[in-house]
Amino acid sequence: MPRVPGLVKGLGVTLRTMGRTVTQGPVTVQYPRAKEAPPIRARGVIALREENCTVCMLCARSCPDWCIYIEGHKEKAPPRRPGGKPRTVSALDRFDIDFALCMYCGICVEVCPFDALFWSPEYEYSETRIADLLHDKSKLGEWMETVPEAPELEAGAEKKGKK
Amino acid sequence: MTFAIELAYWQQTILRVVGVLVALLLPAGTFVYVFLFKMMSFMQSRIGPNEAGPYGSMQLLAEVGKFLQKEDIVPAKADRRLFLLAPFVVVVSAFLVYVAVPFGPDAFFADIDTGIFYVMAVSSISVLGILMAGWASANKYSLMGGLRAAGQLIAYELPMVLAVVGVVIQAGTLNMQEIVIAQNEGAVFGIDWIGNPYVLTQFVGFAIFLVATQAELAQTPFDMPVAESELVTGYMTEYSGLRFLLFFIAEFATAGAFAAVAATLFLGGWALPWISIDSDWMNILGPLILFAKVMLIAFLIFWFRFTYPRLREDQLQQVAWKFLVPLALANIMVTGILKVAF
Repeated sequence: MPRVPGLVKGLGVTLRTMGRTVTQGPVTVQYPRAKEAPPIRARGVIALREENCTVCMLCARSCPDWCIYIEGHKEKAPPRRPGGKPRTVSALDRFDIDFALCMYCGICVEVCPFDALFWSPEYEYSETRIADLLHDKSKLGEWMETVPEAPELEAGAEKKGKK
Repeated sequence: MTFAIELAYWQQTILRVVGVLVALLLPAGTFVYVFLFKMMSFMQSRIGPNEAGPYGSMQLLAEVGKFLQKEDIVPAKADRRLFLLAPFVVVVSAFLVYVAVPFGPDAFFADIDTGIFYVMAVSSISVLGILMAGWASANKYSLMGGLRAAGQLIAYELPMVLAVVGVVIQAGTLNMQEIVIAQNEGAVFGIDWIGNPYVLTQFVGFAIFLVATQAELAQTPFDMPVAESELVTGYMTEYSGLRFLLFFIAEFATAGAFAAVAATLFLGGWALPWISIDSDWMNILGPLILFAKVMLIAFLIFWFRFTYPRLREDQLQQVAWKFLVPLALANIMVTGILKVAF
């Protein structure tokens, strides 16, 4: 009977787990009273850094389930140098993400060329009404505070983009 | 048995009924809380119920209350009378087993000369109840579950009875009270200070009995009759409310009953080797000692339950017929030869 040692080993595993739970406590956390720190790259919610957004619509176009709503308009900004022509820039009027639709694929974060979208590990934003899951740019901007620092680059890697 | 006060027959009967209810429900409730709620949680590295009462100890009352509030649904095409009766048949089987288990020198419900034979016989009444439940539900999954349960229970009845025969040969009696006394007064190879709990000399029988118990209770390595994922809890699919609760109680009450039988047959029952078995105190101490031994056996049963995954149906039958039955027969033969030789 070659299976017997495995059977006995299994009994040992459960018994050891019981001992560890009694002496050191369980691996689970009593959620509303105690909270776990999410891992550093957890996909909790998508945060927006509004000043980096150029209304390029790449995120809205790449979103597989069309949960990003963007509206903008052109406006004149003061010239860079004195005496210059006023610049034309895109201003963001509306940037909404419907988290009832979002499937947390992160393509929008990947595709953003100006580092305006970030993953935040924040996860406590459930609502009792599904329509309340549509969050606007001010709410998305508040979540920027919870975005962790970008991890250190690997040795020899070149830093790209502006942050 | 002499009481200071003489009791009428009906008074004695009421006392006995209350006693067997306590003997049935106390271990069942303790098992559910200590093993099903807490030990299983710890073995899975979580806390388990902890809101109701201190350390969640009132959780069981909350569950019972929940079941009692639920509607007792009978399917339209069910065989109504059988459907309503089935859970009671299953529970009664557990009650009847307790009748023959002795708790002390004078503390027993009935001193039956063929006690262990009676226990084996009444414990299989639950098969009838399960078949009734499966058939009367008018549901193919229930029927499959009922048939699987019947096939399994009948298959494992045999090794269980054969495992008991070894004990009976060694004790030379079928009376459970006398089996206890024989263990208390016996000796293993001339060493008599621990008596002779048959777990030592009948270890093979003890192991077979435990495996068969596991299968009789449909606990996890052998839980195909109630397989949640395939048969949606088998023969219990259509039951709700009080009747589902009865099946649930029966499961743990039967666990307690079989644990009590195993403790009586193999661990020395209510007696401890260092305490005189004739003392009157044993009538009070005996049930506690037996309960401690029952908890030990139940710990083993539930430890296996929380560790092992489910067997396949054909593997289950193979274990019973190709392995346990021949082993039990060999055990009987060796026991008989040794009994004659010494």
